[in-house]
Amino acid sequence: MTSAAEDRPPAELTGAELVVRTLVDLGVEVVFGYPGGAVLPIYDAIFKQNELRHILVRHEQGAVHAAEGYARSTGKVGTVLVTSGPGATNSVTGLTDALMDSIPVVCLTGQVPTHMIGNDAFQEADTIGITRPCTKHNYLIKDIDELCSTIREAFYIAAAGRPGPVVVDLPKDVVMARAPYENGASPGNGLAHPSYRPRREPDADAVRRTVELMARAKRPLFYAGGGVINSGPEAAASLAALVRRTGFPITNTLMGLGCYPGNDPQFLGMLGMHGTYEANMAMAECDLMIAVGARFDDRVTGRLADFSRGSTKVQIDIDPSSINKNVPVDVAMVGDAGLALDALAAGWEARGAGSDAGALAAWWKQLEAWRGRDCLRYRNSSTTIKPQYALQRLHEATKGRDVYFTTEVGQHQMWAAQFLKFDEPNRWMTSGGLGTMGYGFPAAMGVQVAHPDSLVIDIAGEASLLMVIQELSTMVQYRLPVKTFLLNNEYMGMVRQWQEFFHGGRYAESYMDSLPDFVKLAESFGATGLRAQRPEEVDGVIEAMIETPGPVIADILVDKEENVYPMIPAGAAHYEMKLGPEHGDLEERSEDGMVLV
Amino acid sequence: MDETAERRTLSVLVENEPGVLARVIGLFSGRGYNIESLTVAEVEHDKRLSRINLVTSGSPMVIEQIKAQLDRLVPIHKVSDLGHEGPYIERELALIKVVATGEKRVESLRIADIFRAHVVDSEIDSFVFEMTGKGGKIDAFIRLMTPLGLTEISRTGVVAIARGKESI
Ligand SMILES: Cc1ncc(C[n+]2csc(CCOP(=O)(O)OP(=O)(O)O)c2C)c(N)n1
Ligand SMILES: [Mg+2]
Repeated sequence: MTSAAEDRPPAELTGAELVVRTLVDLGVEVVFGYPGGAVLPIYDAIFKQNELRHILVRHEQGAVHAAEGYARSTGKVGTVLVTSGPGATNSVTGLTDALMDSIPVVCLTGQVPTHMIGNDAFQEADTIGITRPCTKHNYLIKDIDELCSTIREAFYIAAAGRPGPVVVDLPKDVVMARAPYENGASPGNGLAHPSYRPRREPDADAVRRTVELMARAKRPLFYAGGGVINSGPEAAASLAALVRRTGFPITNTLMGLGCYPGNDPQFLGMLGMHGTYEANMAMAECDLMIAVGARFDDRVTGRLADFSRGSTKVQIDIDPSSINKNVPVDVAMVGDAGLALDALAAGWEARGAGSDAGALAAWWKQLEAWRGRDCLRYRNSSTTIKPQYALQRLHEATKGRDVYFTTEVGQHQMWAAQFLKFDEPNRWMTSGGLGTMGYGFPAAMGVQVAHPDSLVIDIAGEASLLMVIQELSTMVQYRLPVKTFLLNNEYMGMVRQWQEFFHGGRYAESYMDSLPDFVKLAESFGATGLRAQRPEEVDGVIEAMIETPGPVIADILVDKEENVYPMIPAGAAHYEMKLGPEHGDLEERSEDGMVLV
Repeated sequence: MDETAERRTLSVLVENEPGVLARVIGLFSGRGYNIESLTVAEVEHDKRLSRINLVTSGSPMVIEQIKAQLDRLVPIHKVSDLGHEGPYIERELALIKVVATGEKRVESLRIADIFRAHVVDSEIDSFVFEMTGKGGKIDAFIRLMTPLGLTEISRTGVVAIARGKESI
């Protein structure tokens, strides 16, 4: 007997309600957003329920960075909701950042009603056109019957293969129309995607050839990047196991920090423009390079013609377009980093022979000699706070704790990468590919939302922080106790450093004049401001920063003219690295590096 | 362009949805790849599939990049590098207008006949010729017609398909 209820057609919901219902069923807990006319129906639907939490940011760029921080610290997809026109255009920087760093984010954008699209309607922007090159994919939903399945597909695309940002553009008439909720099989819900199915299993032959190369290598090196982190904590564990088993050295990219324990003796530190001497020399001199989820970025390779010329190269990447892009490799292994590492480990065990112990010992002797240069050494001061010192003290005070770090972009970011050590993945969030000033503060907000009881610290520069300071209001509103460790040098330090080296010391527009009093600024938002002016005050301020409840800005007045070393000038080769005055390298002043970014 | 550049014909099966061509073209312009010619039309209505035929050039490394970059676009089903995978046929269609009278008009007809071009429009002082063939053949036809009063050219760009029973 059919009941009356079953005879009735399924209840119809508005498009806005369908959006919320779909997000909840996808397991989305929180969306970072900002309202406006085109998305008001969705805000209304959010208001009427309490499964999906909304965090009101103060600028849409911050919403995307917050979603990135959420995603990077949890491994889940971050979700954003913004209005049409300016809401969408304000999110473009965040989307581009997520694309460059392969971060899974879904951004729902409002749009004018379908019949008005193309008419220059109020707050209309060609969001699909604008975001096409800065997203992994985007969708314009014109029919409410495609709403639920498209949102599910968007989440699948954001996370599958090499992750990235996806935009779903929602015209207002679609979110106001009515249709029954639909949760049928579709991509992202049990059904294979018709065209996007990235390969995950590595090719067995490539694995076999790599194992062979590993067994014969005399100067092997692992070079691991953000792909290992994107693959998940199991991949990082597999990497650590393989590296330890083989006894090979390993270096990480800026994006990869934490995918291998930073305090482990086999870890050579970060490589690249401001990487360690030992890591870059190892790249230059190795005879076997195994790249895992790293994309041979120009900040890593330096001058391509001289990049690790003598090595045989293996590259593992889930994105075939990352392979052979800048640097031709000898073995290409398309697949998931974790699965590939497990396959290598299994192949290594099966082969049983192990590595060339004598050669490896000689290689380590060389590596230790390079490490002995102590390239991060700097001259400390008893009167001025050196930024490196401040970070070392912060590292001491936070190590062993449940702590997450984000950064802005500039010198402070590089010092943070050099002086903080990460023993786990997903603990370090920095804008690597796009180099977005203003990333770390809102990203920290997203991290804190995901980990309310953890310590979340943004390593900031004053110029970067001023780009996004309004998010302090968000932090206060939602009681997000983000700690901002502000290395305040009153300069766009990284710009100043390049001007010093390559533009004859002409500091055009890089001095940060008329800075606010950051302590009072923090207080004006209802947060706490602290300040350290002298080295002996650093420890106390760090402790107070950590202990004070709620958001804190710790204004650390550091040496204004400190430079980041080591440095491989843009376009130079690894072996042309400058170690800095502490190592007898005179500070260079030339115009040579000017044309190169 | 560097001396190792090669010309390649790619056939790309794509979801027939709005914006897919913009994605392909945006990829080429954004990454600085060459497009010599590009054609697109729906080929399987039921499966909503269109085929893009694309002629590009670049070093072998760049060609591999182009293929990989195309392949990772979400609505792209298949990228096939025709020359690389075996023998294939390449054709182009051109409509060519020649305005001439007297001896030149007669000569244009004679050449058209040699090239197996058809007259698809005829006025007392003009012809429109239609011809299909490889790009080089059309180029040659155009060269011969130019002094005879050629005034306008419309070309489709290359369409291509592999020889034999295999399909992409
Ligand atoms: C949005 C944005 N604009 C410009 C730049 C170029 N840029 C790179 S570092 C930097 C200066 C950063 O200054 P600050 O935040 O104070 O950090 P510092 O280098 O002094 O540690 C600038 C302007 C950028 N990376 N991002
Ligand atoms: Mg600064």
